[in-house]
Amino acid sequence: MPLDVNGTTYETDEEGYLANLSDWAPDVATALAGSDGAELEDGHWEVINFLREYYEEYQIAPAVRVLTKAIGKRLGKDKGNSKYLYELFPYGPAKQACKYAGLPKPTGCV
Amino acid sequence: MASLEFEIPELFKNIQTPAINPGVMEGSGPFVAKPDHQEPLGFPGELVENWERKAVDAMGEAVDNSRALRVFLDSCVKCGACTDKCHYYLGSSDPKNMPVARQDLFRSVYRKYHTPAGKFLSKLGLEWLIGGQEMNKSVLDDWYNYYHQCSECRRCSVYCPYGIDTAEITMAARDIMAKIGVGQKYSNEIIGKVYKIGNNLGLPEPALRNTLEGLEEDIEDETGVVVRLPLDEKGADILLVTPSADFFAEPHVDGLIGYAKVFHEAGVSWTISSKASEAANFGLFIGNNENMRKIALRIREAAIDLGVKRIIFGECGHAWRVAYSYLNTLAGPFDFLDPAYPVPQHICEFTHDLIQGGKLNLDPSENDWMTLTFHDSCNVARASRMGDIPGGQFSIPRDIIKSVCNNFVDMAPETIHEATFCCGGGGGLLTDDLIEVRVKGAMPRMTALRNVIEEDGVTHMAAICAICKSQFSKVLPVYGMGMDMIVSVHQLVSSALILTGQDTESVPESD
Repeated sequence: MPLDVNGTTYETDEEGYLANLSDWAPDVATALAGSDGAELEDGHWEVINFLREYYEEYQIAPAVRVLTKAIGKRLGKDKGNSKYLYELFPYGPAKQACKYAGLPKPTGCV
Repeated sequence: MASLEFEIPELFKNIQTPAINPGVMEGSGPFVAKPDHQEPLGFPGELVENWERKAVDAMGEAVDNSRALRVFLDSCVKCGACTDKCHYYLGSSDPKNMPVARQDLFRSVYRKYHTPAGKFLSKLGLEWLIGGQEMNKSVLDDWYNYYHQCSECRRCSVYCPYGIDTAEITMAARDIMAKIGVGQKYSNEIIGKVYKIGNNLGLPEPALRNTLEGLEEDIEDETGVVVRLPLDEKGADILLVTPSADFFAEPHVDGLIGYAKVFHEAGVSWTISSKASEAANFGLFIGNNENMRKIALRIREAAIDLGVKRIIFGECGHAWRVAYSYLNTLAGPFDFLDPAYPVPQHICEFTHDLIQGGKLNLDPSENDWMTLTFHDSCNVARASRMGDIPGGQFSIPRDIIKSVCNNFVDMAPETIHEATFCCGGGGGLLTDDLIEVRVKGAMPRMTALRNVIEEDGVTHMAAICAICKSQFSKVLPVYGMGMDMIVSVHQLVSSALILTGQDTESVPESD
């Protein structure tokens, strides 16, 4: 199912994850979220930006614990927990946040 | 991210056997593997030409190679003992999810092509007399759909008077489908990642190292003790092979911290391997021996490369089945390991031995805020053992929990031990495209759990399988329970274990 953003069409997989990581841009993230009926606010962008930085370095999304720790350091301890992340991304921070960040979906027993 | 657009089973006091609803779970099955997912496993990229004949031939090879499979296909007398034993039938009410009916999707084709009566009657066009069925597109579609509504948990086999192992039939069907080009994306993509990167997640060595270092920091921050999580350390005594979910997900990672603390207190040298950074072996799920062997061989190679003396498996259900029951056949002999220890050993056996020997300083009151129950994972319960007494796979994890928690209650006897219900996500079904199957299949376990919550005040359920833990995190909220109710057994050990030199001073409460 292709994703249309300002006249450009992007290829996605069956679940709406971007087929080509290099297609990602902030307005693509907004459109990916929009197709799920979600709106991205500052809190979401903090997570999305961290995921992209981590992926750039390690070629994989960070573990949930790595993510909560990093968000806690950046936004304060009260936000460094899975509860906060699930409030932002109710379908699961690993899967939903990766989708908007343009990263592949984590696979395996997760 | 689709919301749940299907009927969620209502939980009653008892697990009810539903009236049948034919076709309620009809559908196109999980996402089909693309050529990129198929080819690295040695399967054709897409549906091959003349696939009907090739499927029938592959079935012939399967029954010729496995006497067990042929017996399972020949011996069913349709007694019906299995009909109400499958969690997917109980949760979905689709009669094709009765194990006998699901098996018959395969058996009917077998009867036509691979039995003397079927071959003879087919010449007269009378194969229907013995329930024979030709291989065609509608059969293939039913196979793909319904053989991905079986988690190969083998609960039905426990109640079958002939001991027919339905899982073997599911595995054979999936293998035949993959061989004609119709594999399952979830499992096959993951196996490809194991070959390419070393684990199901696709976690490369630098990311694994970074994650383990982070955990070392966390343990030190919490306890004041330096506990290592070594990676690729040659000359270590023990190789830990654990599911990659232990590096990534919650509550899995808390279990991994528990293993590390236990190894630390035992004073043994151990290591994780980046080459065998995965215990899971999805070759079992797809029923393909060549892939199962190839995945298992990584563990042998890692053990030799690192020069270890022992191999210990972390909390992973089907990995323990493959390890306990098949590892020696697939990747043996393991004569280079120390014969004084079991090959392989389960982390629960290791921890249990230390507890029995009084080697761990445990304070179970640390877990007093919880009341625990234990979910027996199907592959551990019905396809393996632990320790040196029958039923050790049931008693050892419970003994550990009772040593580290003061409050423990079992769920109803018909839902535990060898009668345990699958979590609903085993056997290669732990994927979002099968969420309806997963939610419905979780109904029996959710019923049993809710009963002990209401009657005994249970607050948490422990498990020793990465799939069970992830599945429960997902389905518990659907049934109105908290996702953080599911915990790792070694997470409980970790909370109760006082490390040597650990700062245990707590701030006294002021009156």
